[in-house]
Amino acid sequence: MAGKAVLTGTYFMNGDEACCEGALAVGCRFFAGYPITPATEVAERMSWRLPEVGGIYIQMEDELASMAAILGASWGGVKAMTSTSGPGFSLMMENIGLGLCTETPCVVCNVQRAGPSTGLPTLVAQGDMMQARWGAHGHYEIIAIVPSSPQEMFDFTIRAFNLSEQYRLPVLIMADEVVGHMNERVVIPPADQIQVVSRKKPSVPPDQYRPYQPGPDGVAPMADFGDGYHMHVTGLTHDERGYPVMDAATQEQMINRIVSKIRDHAHQIISYDAIAMDDAEAAVVAYGISVRSARRAVAEARGRGIRAGLIKLNTVWPFPEEMIRDLAGRVRALVMPEINLGQMVRELERAAAGRCRVRLVPHAGGSIIRPGAIVQAVESALKEA
Amino acid sequence: MKYWRVPLDLGTIPASRGKVMVIEERCKGCEYCIEFCPREVLQMSRAFNPKGYHFPEVGDESKCVNCHFCEVLCPEFAIFSLAEPAVA
Amino acid sequence: MSTKKKKPDAPHPHDELLRTDRMPHIWCTGCGIGTVFSCVLSAVEKSGTPLDDVAMVSGIGCTGRMAGYLKLDSFHTTHGRAIPFATGLKLARPQGCVIVASGDGDLLAIGGNHFIHAARRNLDLTVICVNNFNYGMTGGQLAPSTPFGARTTTSTQGCSEEPFNFCALAAACGAVYVARWTSLHIRRLTTSIGEAMNKRGFSFVEVLTPCPTSFGRHNKMRKPLELLKFYHERSVIRNYIDPKDAVLDFKKNLVVGKFVDIERPTFLDNYRLLNRGELGDWPDLEPKLPRPEKQASG
Repeated sequence: MAGKAVLTGTYFMNGDEACCEGALAVGCRFFAGYPITPATEVAERMSWRLPEVGGIYIQMEDELASMAAILGASWGGVKAMTSTSGPGFSLMMENIGLGLCTETPCVVCNVQRAGPSTGLPTLVAQGDMMQARWGAHGHYEIIAIVPSSPQEMFDFTIRAFNLSEQYRLPVLIMADEVVGHMNERVVIPPADQIQVVSRKKPSVPPDQYRPYQPGPDGVAPMADFGDGYHMHVTGLTHDERGYPVMDAATQEQMINRIVSKIRDHAHQIISYDAIAMDDAEAAVVAYGISVRSARRAVAEARGRGIRAGLIKLNTVWPFPEEMIRDLAGRVRALVMPEINLGQMVRELERAAAGRCRVRLVPHAGGSIIRPGAIVQAVESALKEA
Repeated sequence: MKYWRVPLDLGTIPASRGKVMVIEERCKGCEYCIEFCPREVLQMSRAFNPKGYHFPEVGDESKCVNCHFCEVLCPEFAIFSLAEPAVA
Repeated sequence: MSTKKKKPDAPHPHDELLRTDRMPHIWCTGCGIGTVFSCVLSAVEKSGTPLDDVAMVSGIGCTGRMAGYLKLDSFHTTHGRAIPFATGLKLARPQGCVIVASGDGDLLAIGGNHFIHAARRNLDLTVICVNNFNYGMTGGQLAPSTPFGARTTTSTQGCSEEPFNFCALAAACGAVYVARWTSLHIRRLTTSIGEAMNKRGFSFVEVLTPCPTSFGRHNKMRKPLELLKFYHERSVIRNYIDPKDAVLDFKKNLVVGKFVDIERPTFLDNYRLLNRGELGDWPDLEPKLPRPEKQASG
């Protein structure tokens, strides 16, 4: 049943399906998952598409096992992902931590739904943003990408895999129910136009290989199971040889390695689009589905003569602090619509550091934010600034 | 060895011989090898290893038949035997 | 006063598979994990499997540290999650021989859900459970294997729960190879691990192992020798009996032996059938029963 990994062409498909196709296009050949609304469609499509491309789909007994399985598959030399929603995301935290500590490339797609707990399984929210940053225990850096359309579910999944392979860590796709379930045009380019990044392999013989000795870019070349390097991989604090060493000095060396390999390359990782920002007095900073509300709000505000612009965040972690700090000096107000009662807005306030007005457009979840609410927020913020 | 009867070919088959080697710093003094050596070759030494454990020492070298039981039983990989020329 | 230390001129036979730069290892005096590890090494050497293709995955706990001393591809994962990790590792590299080595708590308490499903799916894994009847690493707490009435740091008045029969559980879930030995049945254990490694499908080997520091000390058998000899003298070999009857009764005897050795298609065998579309379609259900004709209504 040989099938094509890259289904070049134009389609009308939902975000979940586009995420699956993006993963296959960039070389994902292992998916371990567990059914959960609103992410099940990713698993469903993977279950019949992966066998077509010589990959393996396995439905594990819970999300926790799914996360452990994709880590194992990654060390088996295969690009692997899982997809889930809030409840599963919470269960995956410990093993995401294992992926961070052992520096294992893989992708976790969280199609967010309203929480906490069972919440509104079929309805949208963006309430897992801080969990994405600090959900696992201990200190670390994470990369979180936020698609705002099915097309971006395709494109950003490719980027997520490439970043995970380049920086050797689990990369999170923080989607949401509307982006996952809405159907829109998705254009899949020819295979040769898709950039594929794979992990750096060791270039030294096994006896000189140190699995966690960072290369010039702060990332260690990665040997897989079966490559003959006979390396030890452990969730315990470990030194460059991968051996567990239980002391503060090794902890400092390890934590700094997994943090600085992301921080030092924040500029290459961070991605955002500035729309109608040239003469903007107020900037709406949005991510995920809230970008669609914000686009409409900016257009409406412009219609009323309000000089508003849009900053569309494509990555939320690492947070674009410098860009926001510099922007806060050029606009009078920053307005952030998000379907929670204030999460990413805290980062916005921290980065703006009081240099301009910061206003949240909150929403508890269950539906997307009305553009009118954003326009009102922009107007009142400008009045007070 | 405590034979319950003398093997018929005792005279003709050359008995194998072994030389016991002890990696003293690995031993943790559990005495398994001393207890379960079928030829009772080993005994506890009065000496200490760097960690302060007594370790086994070979009593009557000639009794060892190179059966490797001490080697595979030892939880510390601290003892093993090497073949010596068999004795008729 | 220590005599002149004469270093043996030859290395220990297992040294080339051991990370000797990390020796002596962490396990206590008389702990049986080292012996089980020695049997694993012997089995790996005897199996002739190319060493690049052998991997060990272990969870958290005393036995969890075994992967750290093995000079092969070894993975020390999170508590209870060795089996799902090994699932991914094996499916990504099917030609590899993946050995999961962990303790009774790791595999059957926190990891129980993964254990029963991996056995149900008949994933080609060799699972070695070092059963020392308690959680050793954290100081000797109650585990799902702790015998009724045994003292641990969380059952100081005696364990008031019945333990699992791991072998019966594994067999019931679909394991194709199930065996139990004590850590003194070295030759049989090594052979069993070899058989489990060569077996296609979910193979389970349970090893009753002395834990003098915690389990022994709290249950009147402080000396390593006492505990090991107790296990050995009380064990009775009864091969191929129904694992349900292979009961561990500390007052009577500890039944050991090889209980299950059957053939069953593995997860990958069936998945390949699926790929070739040869899984066979769902049988036609019985044709609907003819509807009773309506009686001529009055």
